[in-house]
Amino acid sequence: MTQEVVSVAKASALATGPSRKTPGQGRWLAGVFLAPAAVFLTAIVFYPLVYTLIRSLFNDGPSGQATSFAGLSNYAHIFTQSDAVEALKNNVIWVVIVPALVTILGMIFAVLTEKIRWASAFKVVLFMPMAISFLASGVTWTLIYADQPSRGLGNAVAIGIHDTFDPQTSYPELHPSGNTVLTGSGAAGYKSVATFAAGSPALLPLTGLNLVKPPKAAEPAVEPSSGAGLRGVLWNDFKLGGGGTPGVIDQGELGVPGLQVDAVKNGKTVATATTQANGTFTFPSLTSGGYTLSLPKADFSPAYGGIAWLGKNLITPAIIVAYLWIYAGFAMVLLAAGMSAIPRDALEAARMDGATEWQVFRRVTAPLLAPVLLVVFVTMVINVLKIFDIVFIIQQSAGGNAKYANVLAVQLYTDYGNQQFGAASAVGIVLVILVLPAMVFQVRNFRKESR
Amino acid sequence: MSLKMRNLAVTAIAATSLLSVAACGSSSSSGDSGSGSSPSGQSLKGVSFTILGQWTGGEQDAFQAVIDAFDKKTGAKGTYTPAAGGDEAGVLGTKVAGGTPPDIAVLSLPGAIAQYASANKIQPASAAVQSAVSANFATEWGTLASAGGKLYGVPVDASDKSTVWYNAKAFTNAGITPPATWDDLIKAGKTLSASGVQVPISVGGGDGWTLTDWFENVYLRTAGVDLYDKLTKHQIPWTDPSVATALTTLKQIWGDPELIGSPAAAVKVPFTSSVDNVFKKTPTSAIVYEASFVATTITSDKNPAKVGTDAKVFPFPSINGSAPVSEAAGDFAVAFTPNKAAQPFLAYLASPEAAKILVSTSGSGFLSVNKNLANSAYPDATSGDLAKQLVDVGNNFRFDMSDQAPAAFGGTPNKTEWGDLQTFLVNGNVAAAQQQLEKDAKSVKWN
Repeated sequence: MTQEVVSVAKASALATGPSRKTPGQGRWLAGVFLAPAAVFLTAIVFYPLVYTLIRSLFNDGPSGQATSFAGLSNYAHIFTQSDAVEALKNNVIWVVIVPALVTILGMIFAVLTEKIRWASAFKVVLFMPMAISFLASGVTWTLIYADQPSRGLGNAVAIGIHDTFDPQTSYPELHPSGNTVLTGSGAAGYKSVATFAAGSPALLPLTGLNLVKPPKAAEPAVEPSSGAGLRGVLWNDFKLGGGGTPGVIDQGELGVPGLQVDAVKNGKTVATATTQANGTFTFPSLTSGGYTLSLPKADFSPAYGGIAWLGKNLITPAIIVAYLWIYAGFAMVLLAAGMSAIPRDALEAARMDGATEWQVFRRVTAPLLAPVLLVVFVTMVINVLKIFDIVFIIQQSAGGNAKYANVLAVQLYTDYGNQQFGAASAVGIVLVILVLPAMVFQVRNFRKESR
Repeated sequence: MSLKMRNLAVTAIAATSLLSVAACGSSSSSGDSGSGSSPSGQSLKGVSFTILGQWTGGEQDAFQAVIDAFDKKTGAKGTYTPAAGGDEAGVLGTKVAGGTPPDIAVLSLPGAIAQYASANKIQPASAAVQSAVSANFATEWGTLASAGGKLYGVPVDASDKSTVWYNAKAFTNAGITPPATWDDLIKAGKTLSASGVQVPISVGGGDGWTLTDWFENVYLRTAGVDLYDKLTKHQIPWTDPSVATALTTLKQIWGDPELIGSPAAAVKVPFTSSVDNVFKKTPTSAIVYEASFVATTITSDKNPAKVGTDAKVFPFPSINGSAPVSEAAGDFAVAFTPNKAAQPFLAYLASPEAAKILVSTSGSGFLSVNKNLANSAYPDATSGDLAKQLVDVGNNFRFDMSDQAPAAFGGTPNKTEWGDLQTFLVNGNVAAAQQQLEKDAKSVKWN
């Protein structure tokens, strides 16, 4: 916006330069034409900028009023306070990665859509995200990244793929009640503390079965019948309404069906059994004693919960993907326009001379497209430095992990919200300083083109 | 409370503009005659005044009903506006700085009263307001609404932040009764886990303010009120051993996956979901700690559980034999201008009559600490009981600590105190949490 105003103002200044009027009159006229723009620029750009600069040098009172002169301490804060440092770090990640990726993706799309039929249809589809507000895109991607596979597309796919190769375990919720009979963890499996011998029943209590909706196959647990071999029962030592005695099979307690039980002696698994509907299991072949019973982890390890898209490590990449989805189409449209302006004869000449398509792209298309590529890249740098909305929206559903996605513009907003106007102003000024080189470059580029 | 509202307001903003229209039509019948504590006759005919607050939805309806009753009595014309975007502190700060404050603002942070008083931006309470406040409220509430020994505000509503909500069915299934001590709470959690409840205690770590409330209740019980007051004003550092004790105690629950599930998952659960997990159709949790306003969250659910039968409450348990004490929060109305109707309206707000309208308007979820308000005014028994508890503790309560801290420390989503406790929830590192809290506390200005 500002750039346009500046360039328009410059253009009008240039236009009045070589006029036939006397120099004095021309300057006067230029002044008249420039006045409205100058007034607006002063009121809405220069004054706020200067005031922000001044405000950033003052401390904040409790309700936001400027108090004492702070020197550069508000600026020092940005490089010491952990949230602001996180913001700086993420801004660097954004600037280093995103403009390049957007330009490359846009280029790929532009080249590919030129080669296919229905090119316009593809372009429309790819450009469509630009027509959606950042807020709406942010909300959409928030849904994609939701943890529950029933809500989040990302995890529905991740869990679907995972479960195809490694099915969910049957009883992740079961765990021993106390450590007297069984010890261990769901991730490592459980092991009996004591050893068991044939002839005396092994009672293995677990708890945690969902009693409101118990497994259909489960039947009330019973003491193992007497007979040959090592016999035992694996049951859920809790009944609806509570009140049973721990370690004793009370009426109403259910057996846990279908669990694997290993008999281990001297570190070696000597026999394997599976529990019945009433929880009983039998090792008919075992006749002596000294067996440790172990429940392998395969039945208990916690269910795969998918990928923490908005977790500590993935949140910034996840937001970047959403941003790419929006801006790749934008870059594509600009680059496609630039490509259509490339003289066909240059391409054809290269092809006639026997250049491969890759060579044509590298030696002819890319160099001729360089000015447009540069414009896209620099626009993206400016855009990414002041990135706010999509980060802000997606952050909302990341809970405690939101801080790992912090960027400078969000930090500015937070400080402002806390009525720390000095700190917020300092962040604003730093943003301006960061954007300035790209701006200067852009303005120069425009000037070069207009000549 | 304010923080809850801030979050809700963003989503509710579209809906409420419709609701407020409906409110104007329905509320005219609720004013009744009586009580001599407010001016009568049409003494303020033609005086109009503005009120800024952050209430939307049912709360706004109830407050509007009070304004309507006052207007009818006095002939004044009060206009209530909820702050845009739910950011009352920001909107008010800007208005005051710009020289156009509202005549009255409803503040949820007592610290703000002191700030505005020290800058001479608010009006001291008139004699009528003073006598109404001292006649109807415990002295501690008056103290919270004062600065420099002068009364400025009137308590409007309050919430009890020492309430633990539970799913009655889940307790029956597990055969347990509400625990009275911290150790019993842990034992109850283990029993619930054995009975098949996946995540017995639901912690809404996605909203950091729920974690500050947990901490404050534990700190109030392990460290006592004196240290609580000191830590509230940052007169002792967060590296104090008393903070270590409280965090270590908290860790007995926060650090046990059998009780709260995976902490990495808990830190993503927002407050509303943490309540929902306990009271939805197929609950995954049985206990959720949060303030009395959980009732509103429950009843605004898609398939609401019945408060009082399905959803019940027990007081935050005692720790190592600590005496009963409550944590509370609330909103205060303060006059910013010498508008002729402002002080009479404040006096009216302090009256049992206004309190009755506030709490009895359906859907408001308001509790009042007005001790002259009859319990029968509440629409249901549970809120009546909660209000009675709050009134009965008298001065034996402490105001929400983070609500009294500067917003940059105690009120910023996912940052500073909220963020530090979220980090502590995940990694359980007491010493590191203390260091970070102290570092963050030092970097903001305390009054």
